[in-house]
Amino acid sequence: MRRGLSFVNVTALALGLAFLYLPILILVIYSFNASRLVTIWGGWSTRWYVSLLGNQAILDAAWISLRIAFLAACVATVLGTLAALALVRAGRFRGRLLFSGLVYAPLVMPEVITGLALLLLFVAVDIERGFWTVTIAHTTLTMGFVTVIVQARLLGFDRSLEEAAMDLGAPPLRTFMTVTLPLIAPAIAAGWVLAFMLSLDDFVIANFTTGPGARTLPIHIYSEVRLGVKPEINAICTIIVAVVALGIVAASLLTKLSGAKPESSGAPL
Amino acid sequence: MSARSHSKRSWGQRLVILIPYLWLAAFFLVPFLIVFKISLSQFATAQPPYLPQFDLDEGLAGLKEFFSELSSANYARLVSDWLYLSSYGRSLAIAFVSTAMLLALGLPIAYAMARAPRRWQGVLFLLIVLPFWTSFLIRVYAWMTILQRDGLLNQALLAIGIVDAPPVWISTDAAIFIGIVYTYLPFMVLPIYATLERMDETLLEAAADLGCPRWKAFWLVTVPLALPGAIAGSILCFIPIVGEFVIPDLLGGSGTMMIGQTLWLEFFNNRDWPAASAVAVVLLALLIVPLILFQHVQARRLEQGG
Repeated sequence: MRRGLSFVNVTALALGLAFLYLPILILVIYSFNASRLVTIWGGWSTRWYVSLLGNQAILDAAWISLRIAFLAACVATVLGTLAALALVRAGRFRGRLLFSGLVYAPLVMPEVITGLALLLLFVAVDIERGFWTVTIAHTTLTMGFVTVIVQARLLGFDRSLEEAAMDLGAPPLRTFMTVTLPLIAPAIAAGWVLAFMLSLDDFVIANFTTGPGARTLPIHIYSEVRLGVKPEINAICTIIVAVVALGIVAASLLTKLSGAKPESSGAPL
Repeated sequence: MSARSHSKRSWGQRLVILIPYLWLAAFFLVPFLIVFKISLSQFATAQPPYLPQFDLDEGLAGLKEFFSELSSANYARLVSDWLYLSSYGRSLAIAFVSTAMLLALGLPIAYAMARAPRRWQGVLFLLIVLPFWTSFLIRVYAWMTILQRDGLLNQALLAIGIVDAPPVWISTDAAIFIGIVYTYLPFMVLPIYATLERMDETLLEAAADLGCPRWKAFWLVTVPLALPGAIAGSILCFIPIVGEFVIPDLLGGSGTMMIGQTLWLEFFNNRDWPAASAVAVVLLALLIVPLILFQHVQARRLEQGG
């Protein structure tokens, strides 16, 4: 049978993609709506973007979110890469099953549970809640995603390169720095980008673990959205969509460069 | 090499395991133990709002007293109060139905992706992934505009003439299902695609040569082969949907709540931390089987020497 698309296949793809993209497209178009009423079209305008620039609360929230996402992504990338090395290269070790459970569980754990658990921890050890507690929470949430991406890459490349270096007398650390790390670097970079996006996006866990003075962008958006649909929110959402789209295209190019097949990483990464 | 690392593990190798292990133990495992402990406490007007408090200074006697004051009263309340039971039931029902809907929608899309010419597949893959990474909150918000009473969906339906009066969408179960299927679709499509992509196409050729019609070959050959991906996708969707908060809160009505909303309400509105903790522990207990399955699936695909 030829590889090719039947009429049914094309319809399934077209409807599926339309379903995925139409709502976002509508959101983007209506962010340029001159009318204050979000359901009535009043002509093209960029007034909501202009009024965003004067909205200090949103700008502050965005700055806090960006800083948290940057820090959380950096720490999560280091921890996630180490976890990937441990799971792929360390063979058997005591507590391995628990370890891999702890790595994968945050990927699917309902966020209300993770958020509540982390908050109760922070209260129990009496840390002041705010910027740092959200950063720790997001690091914990995102490191598993980095692990999964790096694992797929580690499984994909030729072990004999490392073995050759070792046989030629290179100590393990040197072998890692000169052979392994360059090979998995693109996957690590892709993991960083994805951890950054996830942190930027998270509302539930941030809302549990934050404190006074650390109102992240999703928390701000959520509190506005609960009161109803607003054109200004459409504008900030459009900006986020644009940034995320650029980031993902960059990350997927990196993954492609690294030769890791993104689809083998399991989760939609 | 693996034999070498077995017999004698260097300090460097130990640190590779130890550093992420300690982080996850401190910030993922220990917090769950604390949740369990607090679920056995009682609500109190104090800071933090639960009793008993554990006081290190009182030594062994204090520890004894602490344990004697723990109780299962919160769990008794969960079982006896219809509000909680119906909330759990509703969450599981919604998760089952929406996972089935996701399967029905995801399978044809994944199949079409796998059948597309090779050079398109990378682009199609990216197109399916892209919305997933576009903020979850924003994608739910997008539907709030569309599903409003005078929103675009009703405008379109009225214009085509399918309906005479605008139906109510927002604050209904239909809106919750639309929101869930929309946000979780990539989670279902991608694992199925990953399995189908590796499928041996000569099997379908053989079926066709033997006179099997295409739809029947799809049902008898493709669907069973897609099963591992479909199971992985279903677990990946089902677990977080059960605990979903944002979607029912923004799109759903004020009737029976999903369990994520109940937990949220207990915690943020009633400030009853012990009750919220008990809700979380029972939810975790309900999800433990799918969670173990998920770990098993992940480990088999991504690990060596386990």
